[in-house]
Amino acid sequence: MKKTNTSVLSTVVSGAIAATMICSAQAATDGQVKLGILADMGGTYADICGSGCVIAAEMAIEDFGGSVLGKPIEMVSADSQLKPDVASAIARKWVEDEGVDTIGGLVSSAVSGAVSKVNADSKNITLISGSASNSFTTKACNPYNVHWTYNVVALANGTVKPMVQAGKKKWFFITADYSFGHALEGMASKVINENGGEVLGNVRAPLGTTDFSSYILQAQASGADVVALANAGNDTVNALKAAAEFGLTEQMDVAGLLVFTPNAQAMDPATAGGMRLTSGFYWDMDDETRKWSKRFEQRHGAIPSMIHAGVYSVTTHYLNAVKTAGTDDSDIVMKTMKETKPSDFFARNATLRPDGRMIHDMLYVEIKKKEERKDKNDIYKIIKVIPGNEAYSPMLPQCNFS
Amino acid sequence: MATLFDINLFALFGQLLVGLINGSFYALLSLGLAIIFGLLKIINFAQGAMYMLGAFIALLALKYMGINYWFALILVPLTVGLIGILMERFLIRPIANEDHLYSLLLTFGLALIIQGVFTHAFGSSGLSYAVPDALKGGTKLPFMYLPNYRAWIIIVSVLVCAGTWWMIEKTKLGAYLRAGTENPQLMQAFGINVPLIVTLTFGFGVALAGFAGVMAAPIYSVSPDMGSNILITVFAIVVIGGMGSIGGAIITGLGMGVVEGLTKYFYPEASNTVIFLVMVIVLLLKPAGLFGKEA
Repeated sequence: MKKTNTSVLSTVVSGAIAATMICSAQAATDGQVKLGILADMGGTYADICGSGCVIAAEMAIEDFGGSVLGKPIEMVSADSQLKPDVASAIARKWVEDEGVDTIGGLVSSAVSGAVSKVNADSKNITLISGSASNSFTTKACNPYNVHWTYNVVALANGTVKPMVQAGKKKWFFITADYSFGHALEGMASKVINENGGEVLGNVRAPLGTTDFSSYILQAQASGADVVALANAGNDTVNALKAAAEFGLTEQMDVAGLLVFTPNAQAMDPATAGGMRLTSGFYWDMDDETRKWSKRFEQRHGAIPSMIHAGVYSVTTHYLNAVKTAGTDDSDIVMKTMKETKPSDFFARNATLRPDGRMIHDMLYVEIKKKEERKDKNDIYKIIKVIPGNEAYSPMLPQCNFS
Repeated sequence: MATLFDINLFALFGQLLVGLINGSFYALLSLGLAIIFGLLKIINFAQGAMYMLGAFIALLALKYMGINYWFALILVPLTVGLIGILMERFLIRPIANEDHLYSLLLTFGLALIIQGVFTHAFGSSGLSYAVPDALKGGTKLPFMYLPNYRAWIIIVSVLVCAGTWWMIEKTKLGAYLRAGTENPQLMQAFGINVPLIVTLTFGFGVALAGFAGVMAAPIYSVSPDMGSNILITVFAIVVIGGMGSIGGAIITGLGMGVVEGLTKYFYPEASNTVIFLVMVIVLLLKPAGLFGKEA
């Protein structure tokens, strides 16, 4: 009994000490650039931003030359476990004790939100590549957020708009029941209504649902033209599987609103073939993307997802800004990042807006049918390039941190 | 309850049938767990990993050895069962006389290791396994389109469940098993090799999970976390059914499938919690479970 009391006491004491240490944080302006990569090493999103995100950042550092401001660039990485509390504890340790200047990778909007808050307090830059929520540059915007790669607005505009305009007016949603799913559904519904379509109904399926047959029956009964899957990862794959099995794909269109290349590879080409979606990047777009992707594939063992490519691109842009500015001071680096246009194999016609949103060309792609595929990595054909200003929504005045 | 009359009855039938299909799946999974948990008193947290293993072995056997679905239905449970036997003999038996928590921690650790190894080797996105040609397509019922494979699941699950129930409750072998777990010393005095029975029973329970894995492979994404997602639900079903009750696990499995199916229709947000709600209510009213014997 005594032993328990002591351990409880020591927990309380160490907690109290930790709490006092949290205050008075400041970004390290020590001329030593140190990056932190926070990814999902073993969870649902491990394939789209796990060890691949670490490799992409390593490649960016190597290609940059390995050192900046006269010192070698350092990097640390950790597993967020997709838990916001774990992520913010790691972020705090990094920026307060280990001199980390910026944290990147960041998959799952809840994780990114938690890290962004920690970083904003200590004036450290957050380089979000993996998350979809648009809140980082709207209601939760701050001067230190950089949101690369994609967001829910671009997905909704890219995928939903052309379908509504082509006469698919009635929609039904199968939505992942958490912040990301709600944001995506909300944004897509807005686009549908603005373009003269209507939303007939929705079901909110808990994250990690295995069996979608019940939701598929409800979608079938709705009489919609299109069933939109406002979810991600295995949820999308399982929902599409059930849709094909119950004959829904023969009566209605299915729109996967967020599909990453590993998910597209996991889908049966017989049912997924022909489905159109929006992506921030595709490895097989041109020589430049192929060249980088081949290098990435050799190290990672799989083709890059748009998040991997985004991590490389944003890391490179950050390092370039540090070099140009001649300091690792967050305010000056942010200013430089926003003034210089990012340009590489990933960022096409790109600008980093004052609100931290990176605007770049998005791709409207179609999943190839089995007979169109040359090998297992040959999954998309590009239908059209969506100019950045059509894909993303305009900047909010309250988020203008120029 | 006026809204009841507004519901399209056809839609409701569809949901009931889909619920029953999922229920037969739950029955199959909870049966294996009920045998291990209920009869051997081992809390096997690796049961979900065994289910995942079943699906993966079927997939790998097809890819690398050309073993089709039908052979996999027999081969995979045997393989997974063998893994279970080795697990019982070399890992669980040494701690058999310790507190139940030890076996819980051991099997939980094993599950994490197996899942981690598979995530490392195959990634987290999942792989797909095609529905066997003979079961492709479906039947148009008045109220819904019933895929043939789902009908097959109901038939097979009911047969396997009924067969297992009959074996345990009605045959001599089953009687030995039940007596052996009830009073091992006495049975051993009669010359029955109780440790062997325990090992085989554990292997059989695990094999059922492997079997369920093969059944699941064509309809769900085969991914390393497929087992951990479903395991807790299945544990809840065994608790609701009553520990040690084989029939209870089967009936509860079917029933909870229907309950969950209806929840998905009326209030989908609660569909992954409704079974736990039922569990709480059942435990409050009948602590031994619906079909369990009061201690």
